[in-house]
Amino acid sequence: MTLPINDQSLSLKSIEEINTLSGESVKLCMQCSTCTGMCPMTQEMDFSPRKVMHFAQFGLMDRLVEINTFWKCASCHACSVKCPRGIDIAKVMEALRQQTLRKSKNHIEPSQMPKEAIAEMPQIALVAGFRKFTS
Amino acid sequence: MKISYYPGCTLKTKAKNLDTAAVASLEALGVEVEEIERWNCCGAVHSLTADDLIHQVGPVRNLVRAKEMGADKLVTLCSMCYNTLARANEIMKNDPEKRDTINRFMDEEIDYNGEIEVVHYLSFLKEAIGWEKLKSQVKVPLTDFKVGSYYGCTLQRPAEVGIEPFGQFELMNDMFSSLGATVVQFSAADKCCGSYQVLSSLPGENSAGAAVINTANKEGIEALATSCPLCEYNLGKQQQQMLDKGKIEKNVPTYYFTQLLAVALGLDVELCHFELNDEQSLALLDDKNYLVTA
Repeated sequence: MTLPINDQSLSLKSIEEINTLSGESVKLCMQCSTCTGMCPMTQEMDFSPRKVMHFAQFGLMDRLVEINTFWKCASCHACSVKCPRGIDIAKVMEALRQQTLRKSKNHIEPSQMPKEAIAEMPQIALVAGFRKFTS
Repeated sequence: MKISYYPGCTLKTKAKNLDTAAVASLEALGVEVEEIERWNCCGAVHSLTADDLIHQVGPVRNLVRAKEMGADKLVTLCSMCYNTLARANEIMKNDPEKRDTINRFMDEEIDYNGEIEVVHYLSFLKEAIGWEKLKSQVKVPLTDFKVGSYYGCTLQRPAEVGIEPFGQFELMNDMFSSLGATVVQFSAADKCCGSYQVLSSLPGENSAGAAVINTANKEGIEALATSCPLCEYNLGKQQQQMLDKGKIEKNVPTYYFTQLLAVALGLDVELCHFELNDEQSLALLDDKNYLVTA
């Protein structure tokens, strides 16, 4: 996919927000796709981590809010340890989740979860999941 | 020898089988385990946003509790607790600005400056007991038991808190060798099980977890061992549903490494709470005649 650089496609403010929240610099990414090769969740993602980094480099929040990649990220840091540019990509994914969650928008609704699942799951699954998916 | 121990929430309920086997094993090896007082939830996951300090308060309070008790080390077991406590500790050791903010926020507590060393159970076992001594204490060698050490994510990543460098799984492998088991080098040892994504996927549909089980099957592993209740849930308790949905070819019984340690030390099987594991786990150990009842 070609991304034209113009007033509509480039949002410096969004790039700055992602960098501030993550503590990383998305412009360092050279699109080598090592992160995608390492990611255990790509089967369930509609765009690869590399593509998300590309969107983030342009600050394309309108496009990013519509995709599931960072919601499918398990924060396992497999991408981060292999990134040749030293970017902690898991932190970029967290920044993208937080941009939605901090607007009080939940990704999952705990009240909609099956009671059996809540009764069965270990506490760390629920605490971790609610931390990642709810505001 | 006495140690301060942080169990964490899940180990007191749904992963009692991880905790009780661990404590009983250390006691059998001559270690007195002292649970820290008034411990609280570690938060389960480390906050990855740069401006989020409030979620460091939970883990840091546990480190304060250990400091109050005069400890210099805090031994923990659950991989997620270990990761969260160790990463919060790194902030308190290395980031003066964040440390100051957190200490001022918790002004009812004593100041904490990263004095406690967070140690995973496996590291403690190697350093304080040693593999030779462990070997000499084995009552029921796990002969002909092909086990794969499964570390998952949080024991090794990120590097600054990893119990071992990436790609190295010596601690658990050496422990199993000492117990007489046949250690199979498992190529998916540090692949993610899907973690908290279990909340957003349908039962048995976790592709990351299925990939780990399928790799274990391909590599001739008859049992997997983990240190994490979430890995155990995703790989063990979800396994039958993965099989029913055709995501995996066959079952691989999944254990906590502490259960297999307790079994090899000849401790009462009741301590291991195998009723909390997947159904195949107890049956496999029974077939091998490893189980001892007091």
